[in-house]
Amino acid sequence: MESFPSLTVTQRDQILVEQQVFNIYKAFYDMPPSSQSLMLELQRENHVEYLTNGLKHLGPSFCVLDANRPWLCYWIIHSIALMDEFLDPELEDNTIDFLSRCQDPNGGYGGGPGQMPHVATTYAAVNSLVTLGGDKALCSINREKLYTFLRRMKDPNGAFRMHDDGEIDVRACYTAISVASLLNILDDDLVQDVGNYILSCQTYEGGIAGEPGSEAHGGICQFVACGIASIQYEKASTSSDNLFIRYTFCGLATMILINEVDRLDLSSLIDWVVFRQGVEAGFQGRTNKLVDGCYSFWQGGVFALLKRLQSTKGEQSVPMGDGEDSGAGSPQTTASSDATGAEGLNEDSSQAGSHFEQGEPHDASCPVVVENIDHNSSKRRAKVEPLFNCLALQQYILLCAQEPGGGLRDKPGKSRDHYHTCYCLSGLSVCQHSWSEDEDSPPLPSAILGSYSNLLEPIHPLYNVVLDRYQEAHEFFSRS
Amino acid sequence: MANGHPSFLALLFPPPALGSYRTLKMESDEPDGHSLSRRVEWCDVTPLPQDDGPNPVVPIAYKEEFRETMDYFRAIYQADERSPRAFRLTRQAIVANPGNYTVWHFRRLLLQTLNVDLYEELDFLQQIANSNSKNYQLWHHRRWVVERLGIDARAKELQLTKKILSLDAKNYHAWSHRQWVLQALGGWEDELDYCQQLLEEDIFNNSAWNQRYFVITRSPFLGGLKAMRESEVRYTVEAILAKPENESPWRYLRGLYKDNIEVWVNDPQISLVCLKVMNAKSNYVFALSMLLDLLCHGFQPSEEFRDAVDALWTSDNHPLDSDLAKAVCCILEHVDSLRASYWRWRKSKLPLAA
Ligand SMILES: [Zn+2]
Repeated sequence: MESFPSLTVTQRDQILVEQQVFNIYKAFYDMPPSSQSLMLELQRENHVEYLTNGLKHLGPSFCVLDANRPWLCYWIIHSIALMDEFLDPELEDNTIDFLSRCQDPNGGYGGGPGQMPHVATTYAAVNSLVTLGGDKALCSINREKLYTFLRRMKDPNGAFRMHDDGEIDVRACYTAISVASLLNILDDDLVQDVGNYILSCQTYEGGIAGEPGSEAHGGICQFVACGIASIQYEKASTSSDNLFIRYTFCGLATMILINEVDRLDLSSLIDWVVFRQGVEAGFQGRTNKLVDGCYSFWQGGVFALLKRLQSTKGEQSVPMGDGEDSGAGSPQTTASSDATGAEGLNEDSSQAGSHFEQGEPHDASCPVVVENIDHNSSKRRAKVEPLFNCLALQQYILLCAQEPGGGLRDKPGKSRDHYHTCYCLSGLSVCQHSWSEDEDSPPLPSAILGSYSNLLEPIHPLYNVVLDRYQEAHEFFSRS
Repeated sequence: MANGHPSFLALLFPPPALGSYRTLKMESDEPDGHSLSRRVEWCDVTPLPQDDGPNPVVPIAYKEEFRETMDYFRAIYQADERSPRAFRLTRQAIVANPGNYTVWHFRRLLLQTLNVDLYEELDFLQQIANSNSKNYQLWHHRRWVVERLGIDARAKELQLTKKILSLDAKNYHAWSHRQWVLQALGGWEDELDYCQQLLEEDIFNNSAWNQRYFVITRSPFLGGLKAMRESEVRYTVEAILAKPENESPWRYLRGLYKDNIEVWVNDPQISLVCLKVMNAKSNYVFALSMLLDLLCHGFQPSEEFRDAVDALWTSDNHPLDSDLAKAVCCILEHVDSLRASYWRWRKSKLPLAA
């Protein structure tokens, strides 16, 4: 520290991280190509082994996560599904059985057997079961009771609280709405006024805060933001937190799910989030804060949501004028080919880019997204150009966040943990698929950093579950 | 960390060493070395083991002491026993795992039933915060307690958050709590000075900028955004000119006109700060970005702007676009190459030139 006397704390912290990251990149560029491709390889086997071990056994330091066990299930099972691996049937059964023990007789899931139901652990449990798939897993969710639980958690102001007498914030709103949507129990009573609450949390910066007045945030990364970090989680830890979800992502996803996304100032949100990607190539959670691997999803996922909006609503639909042009446009109705859900998006685009191209009907089968208008490349077929630098982000994830021995982490110098493994991999999937023209076509090799075998399964960005698992659940719950 | 630099925050916030953990445990009124099962006080209670099933997943190898504490907690929680010993037990369970919201919840029920001195509760929370100040339950509980104490607790809360922020100036929980205290109990008088002080220490501290915005827009003493705009713009412009690479004041400056975009577009101070930074020819990405936003909202640039933008175009491959907004996008695409696709997209969204 003494070596940077004239710098502020923020600058000092930033420089230390930059040095570490740049050393890694420099070493990488100095390597022969064969070593480079080895470095860029996703160490699937090691990751799967690390994850599976966690599902079977966790050491005493995990006592501090004793009220987050459905989260541990989700981080592990979702990560394994992203790598297209399957659990052995016995482990799968054990997971279903265990989560049933976390389910409260009056609806919702707690952080462990016998604990109070909690909206966020409910989200983790439901996402885990959807990811496992199959009738047994899906039938184990008591949807009627879960609905009454969510109604009980709804505050008169429209927002949700985490549990009886618990805190109210954007994360609670997102997890409640996400679960309800996924299970096909979302109704007007649950939606009522939640949009007003989210709207009140969008800050002057463009991002979304946890509560009205707070700072725009990708969210709080418990393991990292405190500097106590994952090292502690692996070793003698006394720090814990039961929430691992990010505000801007949560706010945007909620507004999309309840079909009120046009109420947000999307242009300033986009501008805020593109600037969260830094020179280290990864994302930071807040302005002038440090890069962290988990924001690969919490910020990168925002782009997946935006892309989804655009491909559903038509290319010109994100207004760039702070919503002042939100007069009545002509309603565009996309074809119903949005097989992957996000119902409601289809019909709502009345405010779409009215001063650009007035409501041309769009054929959703050829979603032109953020089209590349660069004159040099416009001769090629219209391509989905992501708004962020997804190759750079892959580089950060693979070279800086990946531990070759298995597991992923916040940044160099930190230890791996299941949470960061889950969100780094989710972010990696988002990057790899962000060029794809539609969800069913595999990405071009040029979209994948490193070998094509790094390719992960695509996710449904609104829920962060693997897409085909979502589709199965969606079908299952629309039947019943 | 790999090269021997411990992270700066890690130094300020060392992992709560076993020391602090022990301190807390000794303060709980558990006679040392005696497990609950061997204490007369608890002999009438049958511990309730966790219903983990025969083959649990994510099974935690609990330390014996942890398991026992939780087994007793489950027993009294299930029996809804609102007793002093139950209250003491919740302390032990919280120390073992401050993330257990069920324990915190039950503790609030006990606080109500037993009429405990809430100032003592604040002291207990302070001890927990010393080892882990980033825990939702802790702050939610604190808010609950302070709500009941009312205005008498105000000074203590403002002082506590100040202390935490002096060690970690961006602690999100501490900021949220402080904002809640200000709104619920007041104490706005010195808040702008406090922001000022934090920004003097670290002009890059975005949390302090956010707090500043919170104060100028919500303090009952300052008259709101419109009344504060003139002096805030002066302060912010100065901060920008000192460090144009600092994103925080740029976003703040824009925020100062959130209620009236037209005023923003037509205020010569705004375009002038962009011009000055561009003319200095370094760290001008945010200046160009703001100029682009201004142009998108109808700003009519003078020749100076065209000249300043032209001067930033070093490539001789092709001439810069004659439309100024497009030209700005081209430069940004070039110099801010990490975001090249964003700037291309912005270019594609420009309103057709008149
Ligand atoms: Zn993180």
